[in-house]
Amino acid sequence: MSMPFYVSPEQMMTDKAEFARKGVARGKPSLVIECDVGILMMAENLSTLSKIGEIYDRVAFAGVGKFSEFDQLRKIGVRYADIKGYSYSRDDVRGRALANAYSQAVGDAFTQQLKPLEVEIVVVEVGDSTLAGHENNAIYRIQYDGSISDHHGYCVIGGAAEELSDFLSSRVRDGIPLGEAIGLAKSALERGAEGEPSVDVENLEVCVLERERPGRKFVRLNSDRVGELLST
Amino acid sequence: MQFRGNYQGSSFSELLAVDFSHLRLNWSDLAQGFDASAVPHGTTVMGFKYAEGVVIAGDRLATMGHRVASRDMEKVYPTDAYSLIAIAGAAGPAVEMARLMRIELEHYEKIEGEPLELEGKANKLSQMVRQNMPAAMQGLGVVPLFAGYDRRRNVGRLWGYDMTGGRYEETDYEATGSGGIYAAESLKKSHRLDANRTEALRMSVQALVDASDEDRATGGPDVVRGIYPIIDFCTRNGIERAPESEIETVFRAIITEQSSRRGTAS
Repeated sequence: MSMPFYVSPEQMMTDKAEFARKGVARGKPSLVIECDVGILMMAENLSTLSKIGEIYDRVAFAGVGKFSEFDQLRKIGVRYADIKGYSYSRDDVRGRALANAYSQAVGDAFTQQLKPLEVEIVVVEVGDSTLAGHENNAIYRIQYDGSISDHHGYCVIGGAAEELSDFLSSRVRDGIPLGEAIGLAKSALERGAEGEPSVDVENLEVCVLERERPGRKFVRLNSDRVGELLST
Repeated sequence: MQFRGNYQGSSFSELLAVDFSHLRLNWSDLAQGFDASAVPHGTTVMGFKYAEGVVIAGDRLATMGHRVASRDMEKVYPTDAYSLIAIAGAAGPAVEMARLMRIELEHYEKIEGEPLELEGKANKLSQMVRQNMPAAMQGLGVVPLFAGYDRRRNVGRLWGYDMTGGRYEETDYEATGSGGIYAAESLKKSHRLDANRTEALRMSVQALVDASDEDRATGGPDVVRGIYPIIDFCTRNGIERAPESEIETVFRAIITEQSSRRGTAS
């Protein structure tokens, strides 16, 4: 009679976590910085496949790790948000509820499936000064095991996240102008890029949730605009 | 609320049908012999091309049989930054269609990372009108207009529909709803493709005034309550709604001219 191999739950979790962490660390980092006009989201991206995406009026998404996996999560988020906005109101679509739902889904995949998701995502919501109780920005980070945390000022996901967070912590300040925030994000990404001293503006994916823009606040900036903002 | 559904595509209405069918009303299940005059109906909307793009306009009245249901109903809705829908017919299903159309276009753009072509948008609306057929058979038909600025071809475009979802791209102008025929007759005389914004605004107000003069269910400008038609311009720069003050000025000029022609000017 053959005996199935026994693997202790602790061992299984450790193995899965290590596997997922390696997958996430392979990717280049993405980062989020609160700035004067709203929230900046930025990633180094050599391809035309987006790492950052619009979810709803005030809510956006960024992912790192395995593209097919985080892009699937992004689409699930868009469906969730659009259905929620359709059945209730546009103001009812909030970042926290979405981040919680992501946390559940990613956590479930981690415990129940053989292969965990090799992703780390961030959900951001820009505040709306005209809605009482909705004025503040919110940033939520969800890791491969479903653990969720909220952040203020800035947040980094992906490879070298710790190092980049340390770099940003002493430099990000309240109401930092957009151009300066982009410059700061760029130098942070350059620190993360091993053996590559500078990151080309052409290879930056830059999106902003603009607080004062009516309706859909998500804007994707092209490289000309990014260059312009960097030189101000 | 369900987070991960079965639907994998990029259409919001299909997402509703597959994973959230409880949010959709199935008209074909409803009993026949529904009294359609018991629900509000929107009346006249129109659109035409002009030099800079396309204009879409609508009056503000909704009627329930012979009663006024609403004096300030909105019948023209931007569906995204470069396209518009105008609705006529049963108000409930019509407003819902306009709302769904907007969500549909936004949903597609977010899922796919780029917007639909203008023609693709017009075709999507065709399917939505067709889906409303069971309701139309019970007197709750919706006949929209769709217009937008085609940024690939640099031209304003306009589509009319019939209740079966038939879609017809118009070369000049189109009007629908109870007063649509009179608005179209007015435009037939006044319309010019090379009209500028000022002329286009005047053509729109004149057509709506003519429609409200002949059709009791179409509301003309309501100076007492300060309710004016909605007139939207769609050009390469996006959508611009004509300010009420501007419409009022044009309207007053039109009545002054009409009364002076009759010799009744005060």
